[in-house]
Amino acid sequence: MFDFLSDYDDPTLLGAFWVTVQLTVLSAIGSLIWGTLLAAMRVSPVPLMRGFGTAYVNIVRNIPLTVIIVFTSLGLANIFGVTMGAPDDFEAKAFRLAVLGLVAYTAAFVCEAIRSGINTVPVGQAEAARAIGLSFSQILRLVVLPQAFRSVVGPLANVLIALTKNTTVAAAIGVAEAALLMKEMIENEAQTVLIGAIFAFGFVVLTLPTGLILGWLSKRLAVKR
Amino acid sequence: MTSVLYDAPGPRAKRRNVLFSVVFFVLLALLLWWVWQTMDDKGQLKWALWKPFTTSEAWTTYLLPGLADTLKAAALSMVIALPLGAVLGIARMSDHRWVRIPAGAVVEFFRAIPVLLLMLFANEFYVRSTGIPSDERPLYAVVTGLVLYNASVLAEVVRAGILSLPKGQSEAAMAIGLRKSQTMTTILLPQAVTAMLPAIVSQLVVIVKDTALGGVMLGFTELLNTRSTLAANYANVIPSFIVVAVIFIVLNFILTSFASWLEGRLRRSKRSTGAVLGADKVDDVNAAEVGGTYGTGAGGTI
Repeated sequence: MFDFLSDYDDPTLLGAFWVTVQLTVLSAIGSLIWGTLLAAMRVSPVPLMRGFGTAYVNIVRNIPLTVIIVFTSLGLANIFGVTMGAPDDFEAKAFRLAVLGLVAYTAAFVCEAIRSGINTVPVGQAEAARAIGLSFSQILRLVVLPQAFRSVVGPLANVLIALTKNTTVAAAIGVAEAALLMKEMIENEAQTVLIGAIFAFGFVVLTLPTGLILGWLSKRLAVKR
Repeated sequence: MTSVLYDAPGPRAKRRNVLFSVVFFVLLALLLWWVWQTMDDKGQLKWALWKPFTTSEAWTTYLLPGLADTLKAAALSMVIALPLGAVLGIARMSDHRWVRIPAGAVVEFFRAIPVLLLMLFANEFYVRSTGIPSDERPLYAVVTGLVLYNASVLAEVVRAGILSLPKGQSEAAMAIGLRKSQTMTTILLPQAVTAMLPAIVSQLVVIVKDTALGGVMLGFTELLNTRSTLAANYANVIPSFIVVAVIFIVLNFILTSFASWLEGRLRRSKRSTGAVLGADKVDDVNAAEVGGTYGTGAGGTI
């Protein structure tokens, strides 16, 4: 029943899911960094940075991820010559461009999650902290950020799960991850339902534990007010 | 102005802010200059490449039919997914274990799977098991994928909407002797639908964005797909991407603004119970994790 799987060795089933995991992890790290920077801009006292952050989030959120990913390949790579350090290696180039697109898109949602976390901290806390003479960095380090981060674990977990599912869009520019392999298998083999079930199971395995663990963590960490 | 993070600026802070503004402006200008220069080098700024968008041909042959297909798929998915989602959401709150558990399993299953896999599967399923003509098949596949996914997301929205109503509503209904089904259909659902409207409208943004998947992977002739035909015809890759992105941004921005206007209006109206599911309760990272953000129900974190 499963013997057709041995016909696929580049990539294998596990190999394709491994690419999915790599895409997810790298994009998650990248979008956490870029999203935090964007959130910092959006809450900063400098109007120009606030404006840029707001514009970025509102524009990127409303463009389909597919458009962004296809653009990284047809626009950034072919026209702007952005090859992400791999001009000749087609596979590496597509993979890195996909990560770039996923980071650009997901960062907008990470930014909104973190900003909402900062907004959950009551202004009175910072005022009280200033009143007892704490400096700006102390307020940030001791009062605001610990509470902000604890309250965004839940929303960030949702972003991470959505990102895991969104990595399938990378198939649009030929990254050999799970969705591309499923497309290939499902077209060549007769067992449509079985193949569908295998890949569905793979994604359930990837997203279910993430959701359960981070959901549990967010409940434990939430600041009770 | 003051916030959690900073106080009203004094003279030193003001100087520092000006410095930051200048540095940021220079960086931004450098980036824009690089983009402009590269586009100029590659000849993407030539008027000939932009001119097609001022003529009617580019619009009537490529962009408008593409947009029409995008909207058609989105509208069809919404119209089918909404009642299906309502049924699933209500079934998930049933008193009967044999209704509640299967409905919950269906909802959690389809929310955990990427829409693209559902579309690919549906496409191949229609090839093998039905006689749908091949030029209509992409539309069917896209709508099937979107319906399965969004019905389960909307099921969670419905559930959250009903749970957000004050408990007194169903207690009062029980007190005057209504049956459970009567309470649901005459008391809870009408109010829940009002409360859910903003969340439902913002879910449309997710659906509109996801139709683009069908364009690349299944050959569905939506906006992104017709863009590539257009770019092949006029050799204007960058301009075509910019125009298509702007269309999507404007369309989705209208939907988002409408959702938040609706939310504000519902919050202010005197007749509502005050329960409104805002657009922000539905994360639109291609996935509305209402359970997660809303903190309701078992396993609602997916």
